[in-house]
This record gives sequence, C-alpha cells and structure tokens, in this order.
Amino acid sequence: MAEVLVYVDHVDGAVRKPTLELLTLARRIGDPVAVALGNGAADTAAALAEHGAVKVLTDDAAEYADYLVVPKVDALQAAVEAVSPAAVLVPSSAEAKEIAARLALRIGSGIITDAVDLEAGDEGPVATQSVFAASYTTRTRVSKGTPVITVKPNSAAVEAAPAAGSVEALSVTFSDKATGTKVTGRTERESTGRPELTEAAIVVSGGRGVNGAENFGLIEALADSLGAAVGASRAAVDAGWYPHTSQVGQTGKSVSPQLYIASGISGAIQHRAGMQTSKTIVAVNKDAEAPIFDLVDYGVVGDLFEVVPQLTEEIRTRKG
Amino acid sequence: MSLRIVVTVKYVPDATGDRHFAEDLTVDRDDVDGLLSELDEYAVEQALQIADEADDAEITVLTVGPEDAKDALRKALSMGADKAIHVEDDDLHGTDAIGTSLVLAKAIEKAGYDLVVSGMASTDGTMGIVPALLAERLGVPQVTLLSEVSVEDGVVKGRRDGDSASEQLEASLPAVVSVTDQSGEARYPSFKGIMAAKKKPVESWDLSDLGLEADEVGLEGSWTKVDSATERPARTAGTIVKDEGEGGKQLAAFLAERKFV
Ligand SMILES: Cc1cc2nc3c(=O)[nH]c(=O)nc-3n(C[C@H](O)[C@H](O)[C@H](O)COP(=O)(O)OP(=O)(O)OC[C@H]3O[C@@H](n4cnc5c(N)ncnc54)[C@H](O)[C@@H]3O)c2cc1C
Repeated sequence: MAEVLVYVDHVDGAVRKPTLELLTLARRIGDPVAVALGNGAADTAAALAEHGAVKVLTDDAAEYADYLVVPKVDALQAAVEAVSPAAVLVPSSAEAKEIAARLALRIGSGIITDAVDLEAGDEGPVATQSVFAASYTTRTRVSKGTPVITVKPNSAAVEAAPAAGSVEALSVTFSDKATGTKVTGRTERESTGRPELTEAAIVVSGGRGVNGAENFGLIEALADSLGAAVGASRAAVDAGWYPHTSQVGQTGKSVSPQLYIASGISGAIQHRAGMQTSKTIVAVNKDAEAPIFDLVDYGVVGDLFEVVPQLTEEIRTRKG
Repeated sequence: MSLRIVVTVKYVPDATGDRHFAEDLTVDRDDVDGLLSELDEYAVEQALQIADEADDAEITVLTVGPEDAKDALRKALSMGADKAIHVEDDDLHGTDAIGTSLVLAKAIEKAGYDLVVSGMASTDGTMGIVPALLAERLGVPQVTLLSEVSVEDGVVKGRRDGDSASEQLEASLPAVVSVTDQSGEARYPSFKGIMAAKKKPVESWDLSDLGLEADEVGLEGSWTKVDSATERPARTAGTIVKDEGEGGKQLAAFLAERKFV
C-alpha cells in the first residue's frame, strides 16, 4: 500500500490532537508515515503508533527551534524524497501552512489548504473545503505532483488503530537558506488550564456585549461549567478585554467544535468565517435582529448578564 | 541608498457582498463590488511607517489582477505609496496561489527591492501562503505574520505571535515580511493624499514583460483542480426564545437534550 506522510504538530513530544485526526484521514489513502521534528521528536512515537503510524521519522536538530520555517521545509523535503508518498498531510496551523506551501513549490506539487474532509479518489485524494465564510463547499484535487494538503482541526475523529510506529532517524541536510530568519527570543504562552481553542469540543465566546474585561469572568464561568475553551470576537479583543490568541474569525482562530455558544456577538461575516462550521450553534443576544440568529440551532433574545449566569447555574445544578 | 519597498496588494470581492463562483469555478468578480483587501491595508501602513523611519525610501505597490484592480492600487497610493505596478493579462484568469506567487516574484525582481511587505492573507482566498511562497521563490528570508515590525541598518526585526509562543525574529535584507491585523490600524487617505494619488505613476505589465508564458499561469497552469462548488444549504431555522426570566434555564434544557450537559 502507498505511504502517506503526516507532519506532526507537537510540543516537546506531546502530540497535538489535530495530528491524530490527520492520521485518521491518512489511513483512508494509505499507510501513515509520521515526520516529527525538534525537541522531543522521538517521544511522539507511542501516541502516533497507537493511532496508525507505521513509521515515525524523527530529527531533533536545534535548527528547528532556532530558525523560522525553512529547516522544517528542508526536513519534509528529505522525507518526501526518502518515502515517495502518495500525499503529504499537514495540520492547518499558521506555521504548518507556510511549511506546506514552500514544500509544495519545491517538489513541484499543487497545494490545497484548510481542507475539512479528505477521501481517496481515482485521480488522487479529494479534499473538501469550506469557502467564503463557509457559504460554499468545494471539492478540490491536486493535479500536479504529490498532493500537499493542509487540514483544519476537528475535521475527523481521533481513532485508535495500533500500528508498528517504528522510529527511524531522518537524515536532513539543511539548505543554505535554512538559517535566514533567526528566532532571537521566545515566550511560551501561559496555559489557561482550558482546552486549546481550535481543538475544543465546546467553545464559549463573548463579544462587545460583554462590555468590559472584568465581565469576561461570566463567559469563563460558563465555559468552565462545560469544560469548554473561551473565545472572543474581534471587537472584544480590540477593546483589550481578552487576548488576541482567543479571537475567533477570519483573522483569528477558525473553530469547528460540536457546540459554539456566542454571547453578545452580532455575527459579522468575518466572525462567522471562523465558526460557521460548528455542529451546534447557540447565541444569547439582546437584539432579535442580530445576524447571529440566522445561524443558530437555539437562540435566546435577552440580556446576557441575566441569561448567562442563570445558564451556568443551571448547568452546574444539572451536573450535580 | 534608498530603501526599496514593494507592497503586494490584492483586489478582492467585498466580503459583506454575496460572493459566489462563476461557471468555470473561479471566483465570480462581476456581481460583487471589489476593494483593496483590508488585510493589505495593514501592509501598506507598515510600509509607510518603515519608510518614515528610513532616511530615504520608496514604496511601490504591486497587484496582479483584472482592470478594476487599479482601484486597489489607487487606494494604496492615496494612503501614501509612491508608485504602482499593475500586472494584467487575460491569460491570468484562474491563476492559483502558486501561479500568483510566480507572477509576483517575477514582477518584484523586475521592479527591484530590498523589502517586500504583504498582508497576512487575502480576505477572499484566505490561504495565507503567498508571502512564504514569495520568500521561497526569491530565495530571501521569510519574516512573516508579524504583529510588530521594524527595519534598521539593513536588518528587519519583528514579533510573531504563534500558536504556542510569541517569537522575536530577525533577518538581513532583502527579505519578505507579512504583517497581521494586530500590527496597527491603517491610516485613512487624506483629501490631499487622494488628489496626489491621481498624479502618481501606475505602470502596466503583462506576462511577456515578465518573461512568462500563458501556460505557466491561469486555469491551465494551475496545479489544483476544483471539481465542484456547491452552496452550503442554509442552516435549518433554529428555535429562538425571548428571555422572560427563564431564558438561561431553557437554554440549559436545550443543551441537555443535545447531550452537552
Ligand atoms: C479584515 C477584517 C477582519 C476581521 N476579522 C475578524 C475576526 O477574526 N473575528 C471577529 O470576530 N471579527 C472580525 N472582524 C470584525 C467584524 O467585522 C466585527 O466588527 C466584529 O466581529 C464585531 O464583534 P461583536 O459581534 O462582538 O460586536 P458588535 O458587532 O458590536 O456586536 C455586539 C452585539 O452584542 C449585543 N449585545 C450588547 N449588549 C448585550 C447584552 N447586555 N446582552 C446581550 N447582547 C448584547 C448587541 O446586540 C450586538 O449584536 C474583522 C473585520 C475586518 C474588516
């Protein structure tokens, strides 16, 4: 069976969930061969094997952390040359998309970004994409070279599928461009203790209607009652009430959870672009005409300062 | 020596309009008003600020697109860019991101540059990969997705807020930079700026000016193929209740029914 390269997104060896989802999709096309780079690369092997990786190619050179993007492109290119895969799958994070794009150009292949589903087809893998703020669905193929496809988080279920996952060292010779952009400092983001926004099954978001940083506690309390991640509209972020890393929308994170709860958010097109593919959508807004209500499965027209605390309380009671 | 800055901009269909696909599955540009992609305004703004800090700098705005794309160039010129280049050719219709990066890279090389500044993504295609592709093609450092940027003594520095960390980056010029919408609000063109823009030079280049053949771009030259584009069915109308004091409880009951609680 053909092999499919899967680029592993991990933090010091802890594999992030979107990579496990990629393994599910990769198995529809062939045998997944994972590529893990940087500090802790070999530590990813157990989790990857459990989810179907037949092989894990690793390299923990310091260059991956010390320079931007290009060393990883060099490594993926080396992996493509070693494996001759049927496709290369990459998670749709900002950095991984850049890596995928440069790889595609180097190996003379077409690239599809932000797929939300993937199937095997007679003429190679067929990717489903959601475009124009999710108002259209397209089906696209790569028509030249080895398909390079980036896939959004929450596009497939994580499935256990034990495989060998044997670790092999990937031999990489860095190009002369690899050291072009130096990373001179790095501040790790502090963990909030809540699920990662793009990976969460439930996202609870607040917008301008929340009316102040101090009031975001209401949104956080609701999120915590559901074990959810917290999101924010750009209006709330621009006002300085919540960090930009939590922004949902076109210029923030794109989320596709099982449940999305929007409070005090009008539902502008740029916000919808980042949440419209959520499975169930719920909104609380005092304006019955707010466009967010066009998307909802359930909506409450009312003051969020009344509705949200009551909702949180009721959830806590029901959960006992 | 003058610092030569090239800003790449895209003319896009208005996101608040009713965007759709044409019969050949390319983006229909006829029915929706176009404009300078808002995310490229941030690129123009940062270029203007970098130019202000430099002793001597010249900003060229560059677009690849149909006739109407001149509007995007005019807007950038009215914000304060010095001159513009419009790459226009019927054979460009349907060009994908890889092809667009080829045309842009050829044009940037022909124009001459020390620094390329792009927006973080277009507001229509939203792939966000063109800056990385430009760096790969031009063979210069990629310093992308910056929320802060400065240029001094031939070195570009910036802050990139990634998924798990915020990074400080540094590279020597020439380089390709892209900036996010966190980099600072773009200025509005002044009346004087709008008047001045009318007299600024806009050069038009076609594929032959760039030494490119028709089959390297357009739908023909595209390395991806769209098989179908279907309008997403409108979400089925949900239940909407007015809060009469029990709204939170009603919502909780709905969530319980859907097994979220
Ligand atoms: C290029 C570009 C990119 C953008 N990217 C993004 C993006 O990534 N994400 C994003 O979110 N936006 C983005 N925007 C901005 C977007 O256009 C909207 O301005 C923004 O989403 C509005 O945020 P909001 O819904 O919180 O605020 P508003 O539109 O002001 O809506 C606030 C809502 O709260 C309701 N409200 C007020 N008080 C209460 C209360 N007490 N109880 C209940 N409801 C209340 C109001 O009825 C209103 O509907 C972008 C814009 C551009 C041009």
